Parts: sequence; C-alpha cells; structure tokens
Amino acid sequence: MKIVGKAIPHESAGEHVTGQALYTDDLLGRYPNLLQAWPVQAPQARARITQMDVSVAQEVPGVVKVLTAGDVPGINDSHTHHDEPLFPSEVMFWGQAVAWVLAESEEAARLGAEKVRVEYQPLPAILTLKEAIGQDSFQGSTLRARRGDAEQGLQNAPLTLEGELEIGGQEHFYLETQASLAALDETGNVVVQSSTQHPSETQQVVAQVLNLPRNRVVVQCLRMGGGFGGKETQANPYASVAALGTWLTKRPVRVRLNRVQDITLSGKRHPFYGRWKVGFTAEGQLLALKMELYADGGWSLDLSEAVLARAVCHSDNAYYIPHMDVTGRVCKTHKTSQTAFRGFGGPQGMVFIEEVLDQVARSLRLHPEEVRERNFYGVGGSWPSDSEEGLVSTDPDPATVTTHYGQTVKDWERTLLIWNALKESSDFARRRAEIIEFNVVNPQAKRGLAITPVKFGISFNMTAFNQAGALVLIYQDGSVQLNHGGTEMGQGLHTKMLQVAAQTLGVPLESVRLMPTRTDKVPNTSATAASSGTDLNGGAVKDACEQLKARLAGVAAQDFGVSPQDVMFEGGQVWSIWNPEQAVPFAQVVHKAYLQRVQLLSDGFYRTPNLHWDKSRMWGQPFHYFAYGAAVAEVEVDGFTGAYKVRQVDILHDVGDSLSPLVDKGQVEGGFVQGMGWLTLEDLRWDAKGQVATRSASTYKLPSFSELPEVFNVQLLPKASEPGVVYGSKAVGEPPLMLAISVREALRDAVGAFGEGGIVELASPATPEAVFWAIERVRERVLVSGD
Amino acid sequence: MFSFKLNGKTVQVSEVDPHTSVLSWLRQRGLTGSKEGCAEGECGACAVLLLRPDGEGSRLESVNGCLLSLPSLADQEVWTVEGLADSELHPAQVALLQGGSQCGYCTPGFVVSMAAEYYRQGRQDFDLEALSGNLCRCTGYRPIKDAAQSLGKPEADDVLAQRLESPAPALEALDYVPVGRHSYASLQTPPRFFRPTSLPELFEITSSHPQAKLVAGGTDWMVEVNQRFSRSPVQVAIDQVLELKSLTWTKEYVEIGAGLTLSEMERGLEGQVPLLHEWFPRFASRLIRNRATLGGNIATASPIGDSPPVLLALGADLLLSSATGEHTVPLAEFFTGYRQTLLQPGELIKAVRIPLPLAPMARFYKICKRPMDDISTVAAGLVMELDGDTVKSIRIGLGGVAPTPVRAYKTEAALLGKPWDLRTVRVAAEVARAEFSPIDDHRGSAAYRVAMLGKLLEKFYAQTSGVLA
Repeated sequence: MKIVGKAIPHESAGEHVTGQALYTDDLLGRYPNLLQAWPVQAPQARARITQMDVSVAQEVPGVVKVLTAGDVPGINDSHTHHDEPLFPSEVMFWGQAVAWVLAESEEAARLGAEKVRVEYQPLPAILTLKEAIGQDSFQGSTLRARRGDAEQGLQNAPLTLEGELEIGGQEHFYLETQASLAALDETGNVVVQSSTQHPSETQQVVAQVLNLPRNRVVVQCLRMGGGFGGKETQANPYASVAALGTWLTKRPVRVRLNRVQDITLSGKRHPFYGRWKVGFTAEGQLLALKMELYADGGWSLDLSEAVLARAVCHSDNAYYIPHMDVTGRVCKTHKTSQTAFRGFGGPQGMVFIEEVLDQVARSLRLHPEEVRERNFYGVGGSWPSDSEEGLVSTDPDPATVTTHYGQTVKDWERTLLIWNALKESSDFARRRAEIIEFNVVNPQAKRGLAITPVKFGISFNMTAFNQAGALVLIYQDGSVQLNHGGTEMGQGLHTKMLQVAAQTLGVPLESVRLMPTRTDKVPNTSATAASSGTDLNGGAVKDACEQLKARLAGVAAQDFGVSPQDVMFEGGQVWSIWNPEQAVPFAQVVHKAYLQRVQLLSDGFYRTPNLHWDKSRMWGQPFHYFAYGAAVAEVEVDGFTGAYKVRQVDILHDVGDSLSPLVDKGQVEGGFVQGMGWLTLEDLRWDAKGQVATRSASTYKLPSFSELPEVFNVQLLPKASEPGVVYGSKAVGEPPLMLAISVREALRDAVGAFGEGGIVELASPATPEAVFWAIERVRERVLVSGD
Repeated sequence: MFSFKLNGKTVQVSEVDPHTSVLSWLRQRGLTGSKEGCAEGECGACAVLLLRPDGEGSRLESVNGCLLSLPSLADQEVWTVEGLADSELHPAQVALLQGGSQCGYCTPGFVVSMAAEYYRQGRQDFDLEALSGNLCRCTGYRPIKDAAQSLGKPEADDVLAQRLESPAPALEALDYVPVGRHSYASLQTPPRFFRPTSLPELFEITSSHPQAKLVAGGTDWMVEVNQRFSRSPVQVAIDQVLELKSLTWTKEYVEIGAGLTLSEMERGLEGQVPLLHEWFPRFASRLIRNRATLGGNIATASPIGDSPPVLLALGADLLLSSATGEHTVPLAEFFTGYRQTLLQPGELIKAVRIPLPLAPMARFYKICKRPMDDISTVAAGLVMELDGDTVKSIRIGLGGVAPTPVRAYKTEAALLGKPWDLRTVRVAAEVARAEFSPIDDHRGSAAYRVAMLGKLLEKFYAQTSGVLA
C-alpha cells in the first residue's frame, strides 16, 4: 500500500472548501486589544525627506503611535543586505512607506496617516531600463557565463542575425495580500504570524530591527494564500513594522496591506531588456551567440543578482550553442524592488533564447520546431531530423551535453523523448497541415501552432541554501507530529511531506499531524523557493522518519526474535517478514519503545549533494538535476483587433516519480496558466511619474476562466524516477511556468500567417494590442514587397 | 436598527457604520471564510449568497460581499461559505476537493458561485459564466471547471433547495442611523442609510436631503468607499424602488426599468433583443451583473461604461423622473462632459426605452485584454438597416474614444445612403479614425484606439456582408 505516489487531495482541501482554513489575517479575532497599522506612502518616485511632522496625526482620535526611524531600537533596515531602510530618509520609489501609524481601528490609522506632514525635496528619478542603461545605473556585479569564443564564432558563421527585446514584469497577485500579526507571548518573546515564504529570514530581520537575539523572536506561517516568490523576502518589512509596533506598545499589532498598497509597495517579476547576436548555418544550426541581459531590479538589490544569475544560466534553455557569451547586469531604477517570482529569472532567459530560435527559423523560412530540435543538447545540429524514427539518441560528443556554465546536462536525452512523444500525442504534423489550410482560406483569422521545450535547473544557485531540517515526534499512542522548515502556499508541500512521513514510518496518513511552520521548531531554514521545498524538506523528513523507524525496528525485532532489517512497517502495522500474519499495531511498538527508554523524537537533515558553483566565473555544477517538459499550443488570432484565443494546449512534463500526482498536475496546469498570463495578458505599467499605473484588480488583469485553453491535455512523463531525490521525485513548482512560452510562439506563428514569411517581432506581453501591431508590421511588409 | 438572516439565524444590527461592507462585517464577526482579494468586485473571494424573489418562489444569487453595504441586507436572507455545510459538505464543496483548491484563498468564493449556479431553476448544464467573477491564481481553472461540470441536481431533502420553493422575504423601507459610536471618519454626524421602496418615498428623502448619494447596485460606489474612502452623510439605496424595476413592451419601444439588475434584465428580455443578449456576458461577471443596474451604468457617465455604446446604437431614450414629473431625453444628448450628465438635483433615470422594431443588423464589439470581466479599451455598438444594398440607417455608439460615450455622427454620415460595400467602408473607416482623438493609458495606446475605430467598422462589414475583407 503505497502512500507516496497516490493521487490524494491537498491536505487542507476540506478546510479550503468550508472556509475553515486559517490564513494570517483570519487570526485577528484572537488578539484582543489589537492595533491596526497604516502606511504613509510618499507621492514621489525619488525625493529627500526634508521634514516630517507627526504631531497632527497623533491628535487624530484613536491614533496610538506614529512609527518613525527614531523608534527603531536596532537597525533601521528590513533587508539582510542592509540596503532597504524601513523608515527611509530618501524616498526611492513612488509609494514607499516613510512612516506607519498605529491606531485603535483601521480607519483611525488611515486618517492618522493622512495627517502626517512630510516635506519632500524631489530628486531626479530613473524610471525605465533604457534610462538606467544610458546612465550606467547598475547594482550588484556583472555576471558573465561563457564557453568557447563567441566573437570568433560569430565571425566564422555563414549567417548572423541581431535583435533586441523588452519583456514586461509581472505582479504576483497572490490572492492573499501581505499580512503580519505580532504580539508578545507569556515569556516576553516576540511572536509574529506572517504570510512569509521564509520564516527564518523574517525572524532574522525582525531581530535585526528590534536589536534582539534571534532566540527571542518566533515567526510562524500557518499557510499562505499564494506566494509565487512574492513572499520570499517581501514579507519582512511588514513583519518588522508589526513587531516594532508590538515591542513599543506591548499590544498586538496587525499589518495587512490592501491590494493597492500591496501592488505599490512590494516587488514584482523583473522586467528585462536583452540584445543578442547569433551566428548560424543555412540549416538553422546555431554556432555562436552573444547576449546581453539587463534586469530592472528596482530601487534595491534584494534577490536581483540571483535572479539574473538564473536568467544567464537559462539563456540556453535546451539548446547546445558551441560558442556562447552571456552577460547580465541588474539595473537600479526608482521602482519597487523587484524580487523572486516563480522561475526566478529562468523564464526571462528562456524567452530570449526562444526568440532567437524563432527568428533564426523564420529568417530561413523553416518551421521553428525543426530549428529547435536541430539544436537540442546532444543533437547539436549534427543529426538529420527527418529520419524515419524521428530524433534518436546515441552517444553524443560530451561537449554537446555541457552548458555554457560548465554543467553536464544530466538526462539530456529526455528532451528528445518528451519532444517526440508530445509531437505524436498532440498530432502535431496533422495539425500543422490543417492550420496551413485554414490560414489560406481565412484572410482575417489566422491560427498558429508552436512547440517549445523546457529544461530547468533545480537547486538554489547559492549552495548554502540547499539544506533543510525536520523534527518528528511520536507519542505513546502512535500518533505522529511532523515539523519541517518549508511553508505551504498552495503548492501542496505539506501534502507531500505527510505522504513522505507516513510512507517512511509505515503509518496511515491520518496518524501524522502536520504542525504549523515555526522558527522555534526548525531553525535556520531556507526559503520555500526555487521549487526545492519538497526535495529539501522531504529529504529531511525522510531522514528523521528513517531514524525513528530504525529505533522502532530494533524494539520490534527483539520482540519478534528477528533481525531489525526483517521488520516491516506498513499501514500502521508492524510485522516480521518471517511471520507476516502476526502483525502488531504501530502504537504497541511505540509504547514498548517508550518503556524501554528509546527516544521517540528525531531531527532530520538534508543537504543536496555534489553542488559547486564559482560565482565569479559563473562556472560549475549549480544544479542537482534538470526538470524537463514541452508544450504544444495552438491559437487563433483575429486580424481586425489582435484579439486571440488559445484553442488547445498539450503538455508532457517530467516530475520524476510523482509523489502526489493530483498536486503535481495542479502545479503544471497552474504554472502554465500563470506563465501564459505573464506573456500575454498581464501588462504591468508604470506611469511617467513612476507610479504603478496598474495597481488594482480592475487595471491589472489576471487570467480568468476565459483564458483556460479550450482543450488542455496535461500528462506527466511516466517512468522518470530521479535517483537521489526523495522517493525518485522531481521539483515541479517553477518549471511548468515556462511551458507557456509555447503560447507566445504560437501567437507569433499566427501573426506570421498574415504575411508572407520572414521575421515576426512581437512585444511581451503579447496583449491583443501588441499582437495587432505585430500583424500590422507583417502586413506592411507585404504591401511594400507587393509594390 | 435592522435585521437579516445570516446562515439561517436572525441577526440584529444597530451600531455598524452603513459604509461597512458585508465582507468586512463578516470577517469582524469571525466568519473569516469570506476573503478580501481586491475589495472592488474583481476577484470574487468574498462572494455570498442572497435569497431573491423569483415568481412564486425564490432563487439564490451570488454577489460580491465587498460591494454590498451591510444595511442593504436588511430583511434579507444571506448565506456564507460557512453556512453551506451542515454535518456534511455541500455538493459544491465535495466537487472541489479533487484538486479544485491549491492555496485555498479563492476557494470559498468559488464554492459560493458554484452553489448559486447549482440551484438555478431549470439548469441543464453548468454554465461556466457563473464563475466569470471569481479569480484563481493557482489552479489554472481546469480542475474547477471539471468540478463545476460534475455537479448533479440538488437532492429532494436539500435544505436550500426547499427554501427556494417559498418566496424570499418582502423588503421593507429602511431608515437606519447607527447608534453608540463616536467617530465616523470624515463625517460630522452619524451617517444615515435610507432604503425607500417607492418613488414618492424616494423623492421625499431626496427633497429633504438634496446631497444624498443615490446607490443602485453599489458596484461603483462601494469601490469608491473601499478604495478611495469616500463617505456620504446620507446614502439612499434605490435597489428596492418598485417603479424602477419594471420591464414593459409596447409597439413603439421596450421600456427597461433603470433599477433592474443586469441579471434581472437578462432574464426578463429572454433574448428578444439579440444585441443585448450578446452584450450581457461581455458587460461584466455574473457576480457584478447580479447587482449592477442599467441606470447606474448610465448615470455614473463613465466614458468606458459598456451600456452607453450599445444603447446609443439602439437609439435609446432615457425616461427621467423627479418629484415634479417625468420626461424623456435621447441618450445621445444625456452626457454633457466627463462624468457629467443632464440629470438635475432630485432627478433620476427611471427607465431606458429602446425603440421598436429593432434593426436587423446589430453588433457589439469590446476591445479589451481579457474577454471576461474586463474594462473596455474601446467599445462599439453598431446597428444598421439596409435598403437593398444601400445603407438606410446606421447608428454607431462608442466608448473609450472621448471624455463621454459618443455617437459617431460623421462616420454614420459617411455611410448613410451609400452602397454597403468595401469601398464605402474604407472611406467611412478613414472618417472614423479622424472623428475622435482618444488618449493613451494603461489599457491601450491612442494609436490603437484610433486604429480600432476603423477596424471595427471593417469587421462589422465582414460579419454582416458575408464578404471576407
């Protein structure tokens, strides 16, 4: 009876559907005497604060305290980099909080915030990537990954092409906005309930602000209403304000952002600008690529350097390019500090290389899928793609399975396997032919088809983060408490951890209770991020459970008169393989262990093996393995307006041996639609003054039911066990997001059908307006050449 | 003081500020299943069920709790997600267990919207449009769609289904002032909330409170309250004024009560105005249409409201009413400037009249980023009659291209009396592009809006002539 690998519902599904599942802000009724907080947001993109007067605000009925820089007992900074003042003297982006008002009611706090008088001396602001590049406004170091001699490669290449592209950012729009509730506990510790993906860092920052040792700060995250990276570091300022308020007033304090505050205050997916030059053959084999990437980091560094590193490391996607030279810079602009967002730079890197592949193909008047498959790792352009078996794998030259940052592409042949299987199952060839026919007879509606691959590296680029801990307790009645360092944001981590614990201990799922994530249970945890939550915490949970099981096996073995390795645990029963009929309940063995003074709690620990990374050279083995997948998308575009619909999507994705198929399929589908939103619909805009123009749900549009592809087939790759990872599984959180690049490329394919071939330039996001202008450019070319 | 039934139990309210939304009141009471995702009726995480009259019986409507002020619940029956499960989960809840939730934050809202559709009288298939006002950021919707489509029919002993067999409670007139509180934001006196049930009552209130804020569905006003913290010393809910809720057909026109919700209007028209039938789902989500009214959409006079373009194309007149009498004005003359209209103090839109017979060729186009529940970049209504091949009459109503909704008179003139062919259309498209000077904003560029003025005419031609341009 396997528990791991079973398609079970989310562990909280029953509480979700009844509204009983509690999120941070649902706890406010449990805190009598609660104070509410409201930010004073600066109406300047950049300005020096010359004066601040809080006296009038303090007169507002209900106002208890106005928090300003002078109130901070520790370091006035809410980031571990110490570059994000909690109460700034210089405003660095429009809407930055310069003070916080605490009051008896939310209304009083808001009215108080209106009365805080702040005088600003405006300073010149940098609001676009191009301005930043023009003014050398950068932060962090230059990142450069290279292999071979790209310059020489370009010179020797028979054909070259250059291009540039700007990619828009993305608002996380987790349905639950940032929320924190802080209070002092019975012993004087500061306890913060926070919607954070990284409780240990939230604890670190709160301790830093309050000048307390970390052992006096406890951070708990019950669950989040979505995170997507937006609560990896971004929860820390609000937890700090709540904690500071509680420290000073001795009363519980609630900080909960409304949607407009959340969008104007918190960081987003990085907008990128990139330019490239590629050398290739007439058959579409890539020979050399030079690429420069610029990430809009916003006003502070945050995670931008790591995001950029991942972009640089994914600008190859699944393709072998003999000579490659990719450099990246983080631009400093006066905008929100852009941060982690599902994919963490990987998606941007991959959009650029897919752009290159498509343009190479169209410049040669070849189908993009042919050019793509000709350049896969292990294929390297050297193989015919029209052999009867399709693409096959033999022993490739090791160089063609090595990335531009020196990592061997483990399981490179999986791209081919997935690609061929998906083309087959999606009936790609027939649909390609049908679409050509459709487009001939429909002058104002064109369909497009595209298939794109995903190869996504798993592990934090920063080696130290690849560790995790767990704490498992068994009580005398056989019930189990499970603590681990990961947070639940909807991705199903807790579900998987329950499965891992139950499977390893051989008890039913119901015997294991998952405890809220708290820093006083497991210390020094990493963020639940980089898709690594299950790999890391699962490894630690399994380790803890295996230790406990070994101890219990010793107890049972004595009883059965067998050796411990002959003792089996399953379904809450324990027996000897020599006598399976005489099973005893798990609880009985546990009780016996107690009487024999055998330890019934265990920690567990995991660190990802074999990682090494030289950041200065961007060279090494940053990833434990790669997650693979591919998607086929078909769209139809209206030539009058640029409006479109996604007719069909077929996905084949590699999650290793799925720990929890219902959860994993949900991650693939949800990640895909979120990626599609980023590339098509979600149009994040700042106005000329630097204010986020799309700062509400009515102006920033997420995918809704109308964006669900009409036909949506998602399959997980069978027989894909990943050795060395918990129960053969693979990370799944981020990789599927990039499958959505197929939609962007399908749109480009459809746009191209309005013309007579050649390169198609398409802005990102490909909104209906962007698609319309792309069509117009294609049509103009026809008119010009037609004359 | 007023009372209502919450999850089957009577609740009395006497101290709550009438600007308080049902959502925030529920959450303060510890009913935290309803969530705030946006506070402007976009995400549906706050959806609750309202019992509404329906012939002999009643029906359940899903509405946004964030856009419903608490006193508008007076005398009503309301259910939240917490009230749907008793000893067992509700079928809508069971259906969502298999992958329908990830983070779970939007889930209560989906449960509520699904339940409303589950109980819809005469339902055959599950209409996914019922979920058009609920956003989910995690699942990508496929499992929610499967869950919705797996729903069967209510069992005979289903408590809510049984409740629907008897009428919803009659709603009385209400005059509510909270007691026992000291501060009301920017207001000097405790805010007052009236809910008249007849026009004479309404005019009496407005004559003694000339600055009163008239609120129909509240889908615009409550956004102001939630997001821009607008407050009014006197709010007058007009959603129960009987005279505003009629729908009548005469030989000359169909008269639609300005206080009918879009959903009521949709049901009442039964598809007999095909252009409106096509327009409803593009107007807004079901959650919004269950509260929003035609009168409200016109009176707010937004340049991007979606009803004026289609009503301008239909040649609608407005019936305006005040204590001193009634008169009609053409809708085309109603808008006098950005968010300004002909309405005088004490006057309101009583009804919209659409002249009959309806012209045979009619289309509505909405240019936006998202087909469901989005705000227009450009909206256009086109209604035309041909005499042979010649354009006998044409009306074009537009939104999003000027400070007010507008008729494209010059473009119409370029078409009138001309043969309905590609040449005429191209000339008229040129006129259309020159007729207005739209602006750039985050929804779209001015250039795109201008281009659409021509393209939508071309599209109309392609769709009505059968000729592929």
